[in-house]
Amino acid sequence: MAANPSALELRGLTKRFDRPAVDALDLTVRSGEFYALLGPNGAGKTTTLRMVAGLLRPDAGSVSIMGIDALHDPVAAKQITAWVSDEPMIYDKLTPLEYLEFVAGLWAIDPSVAESSARELLASLGLEANMHERCEGFSKGMRQKVALAGALVHNPRLIILDEPLTGLDAVSARHVKGLLSDRVHSGCTVIMTTHILEVAERMADRIGVISAGKLLAEGTLAELRQQNGRNDTSLEDMFIALVDREAAAA
Amino acid sequence: MTATALNWFARHEIRLAWREWLAMMTGGRRGRRRAVIIGFLVFGALLHVPAYVVIGRYATLQAPLDRSALIVITATIFLGWALMLSQAIESVTRVFYARADLDLIMSSPVALTHVFSIRLVAIALSVIAMAMLLATPFVDVLMFGGGARWLAVYGVVIAIGLSAAAIAIAVTILLFRTIGPRRTRLVAQIVAAVIGAGFVIALQVAAILSYGTLSRFAILTSDAVAGFAPGPDSMLWWPARAALGDGEALLLLLAGGLLLLGVVMTSFSAGFAETAAHASTGTTSARRSSRTRPFRSGSRQRALRRKELMLLRRDPWLVSQSLMQLLYLVPPALLLWRSFSDSSVALVLITPVLVMAAGQLAGGLGWLTISGEDAPDLVTTAPLSPSRLIRAKIEAVLLVVGALFAPLLGALLFASPLQAAITALGVTVAAASATAIQLWFRVQARRSQFRRRQTSSRLATFAEAFSSIGWAATTALSLSIPVAALVTGLMTTAILAATWKFSPRRD
Repeated sequence: MAANPSALELRGLTKRFDRPAVDALDLTVRSGEFYALLGPNGAGKTTTLRMVAGLLRPDAGSVSIMGIDALHDPVAAKQITAWVSDEPMIYDKLTPLEYLEFVAGLWAIDPSVAESSARELLASLGLEANMHERCEGFSKGMRQKVALAGALVHNPRLIILDEPLTGLDAVSARHVKGLLSDRVHSGCTVIMTTHILEVAERMADRIGVISAGKLLAEGTLAELRQQNGRNDTSLEDMFIALVDREAAAA
Repeated sequence: MTATALNWFARHEIRLAWREWLAMMTGGRRGRRRAVIIGFLVFGALLHVPAYVVIGRYATLQAPLDRSALIVITATIFLGWALMLSQAIESVTRVFYARADLDLIMSSPVALTHVFSIRLVAIALSVIAMAMLLATPFVDVLMFGGGARWLAVYGVVIAIGLSAAAIAIAVTILLFRTIGPRRTRLVAQIVAAVIGAGFVIALQVAAILSYGTLSRFAILTSDAVAGFAPGPDSMLWWPARAALGDGEALLLLLAGGLLLLGVVMTSFSAGFAETAAHASTGTTSARRSSRTRPFRSGSRQRALRRKELMLLRRDPWLVSQSLMQLLYLVPPALLLWRSFSDSSVALVLITPVLVMAAGQLAGGLGWLTISGEDAPDLVTTAPLSPSRLIRAKIEAVLLVVGALFAPLLGALLFASPLQAAITALGVTVAAASATAIQLWFRVQARRSQFRRRQTSSRLATFAEAFSSIGWAATTALSLSIPVAALVTGLMTTAILAATWKFSPRRD
């Protein structure tokens, strides 16, 4: 393992379906940063993150998580990684607490530590009153919060989130954003895709813009503005300009 | 709502029912339509063979019939009615819970009473259509041997279909009003499963208790039942007389069926909309866990097994589906109990029944645990190798099968230790084979899609059935003709090998 490694290093990452979804992508995310991956629909964001999480096998390239080769030692990589998809997949017949107990069991977390952490997480996400209710009657937002609590209960060092704020009300979204910020402040790395550009603008340390499976631009908001040649432009304007330019070039 | 609009909605309903049925048959793959049609034609043609074997000799039956013949025909019609009732209850329940268009319909400017009436008539028609389709080979055989008068059987199917739909609607809506929408869904599913299998099993149980045999005809043709039967002019024999071509009985039956459906629709139509509204919102009421206990320790596989067992235990749909399979264990269990004292030869019959049931149960459970994973991303991103993950799921299936069959095998041990050992081996092999087939053909699906598991892969479905039948035959023959058991055992192994060869997951 390298000393002080990056949280995530993708080199030449490639995935083809009927067309290239991710095209020899190189990406580095530093340890302890909040990284927002933006792109239009079908840009390859979700495919990229699913390969990082071990849900899809790349056709080519490498994935390194905290210095661990995730393709050769997926179990070790998964031990320190958490994945939250845009469509919360939880068990209808379990309560949030039972769900978190199951997740903690899968990650082999000490039960007493996991239980207090689970209760704390559910409370901080506003689910304290629902922690003994089966999830079958939960709204999408509540399910998303349970899934997020499941991702955090095993204290991952890298959190990968695909559109985590979809379906959340303003209060819940604030809860989630606060929780993610706290994790980043405590040294955790967060990679998130989002279509809500204000969230990326406000929360992300660095932003990557991807289109047709390739990285178009990357940097802090200030760096992106510099690259775009305008210091007063919004992220939304820059994003649209970048994507339009790429579409015109294609 | 105008007549044109009603007509349009009726066509919409028929189109939806047709597409749902087609999707179930094709597993949602458009390319399979032609294969399904050819398969149905071949199946229909082949069904004429067992139809001829079962009822070919009755084609020349003429009225008046003796009491035993009336009882057997009436019981057979009642069995058909029970199966139609079971299907209708399930369909009515589905209308209230599973259709995604309730919000659209209820927010549209139409009279809900009319809309739901059409929907319920569509259910009655689909139940009748399916029954007529299944009855066709039998009617063909009867007409071939006894003439066109047997066309009256279709009339009987229509009449009993109407009454089955009427009773299904009444039962479901009364359940709604008495026990609430959430419990209705579970209870209706269980009632449908129990009614579907209950009549045959009840006859078998009665036959075992009275005559020590699994044959239902033993009890139906007995003097005891004939003694209880009413006289030849009783209404009870109308369906049998109608099936034999008695026009008056047929007209009365059809009028009775229509009247019953009409009365039920009129009595309950005002509450349809209210019921549907309750069903669409009532299912989301919270169910709280009654106890709080600390998080449990254990390995990752143990956590998985615990989760699988908890989900199986809490799945009402699975309960009703499994109940059907377990109900079939009641007659052999009774046979076993009766055979204790006299160590009858009939005891051997229990072995194939148990082995077959174990295979079928393991297949269903295997699909639920292996394919029916509601949080696939979570378990795939967990720090656990795929082989350990699958092993834990298989262990959960085998644990449940073991727990259910151990008491029966334990009882068998006292009656015949050798038979118990061979049966235990058969149960294990059949369960392992069915689970392996589910593993080779695993697909990612939600547990709620359990109904469609048999249409997602025809090969897997047939392989699972043939494997269970093969191992059941092998274990039964091991006890009587061991050399023949070797042949069936090899044949079943060959079926499994061929299934593996054609499976998408053999790599």
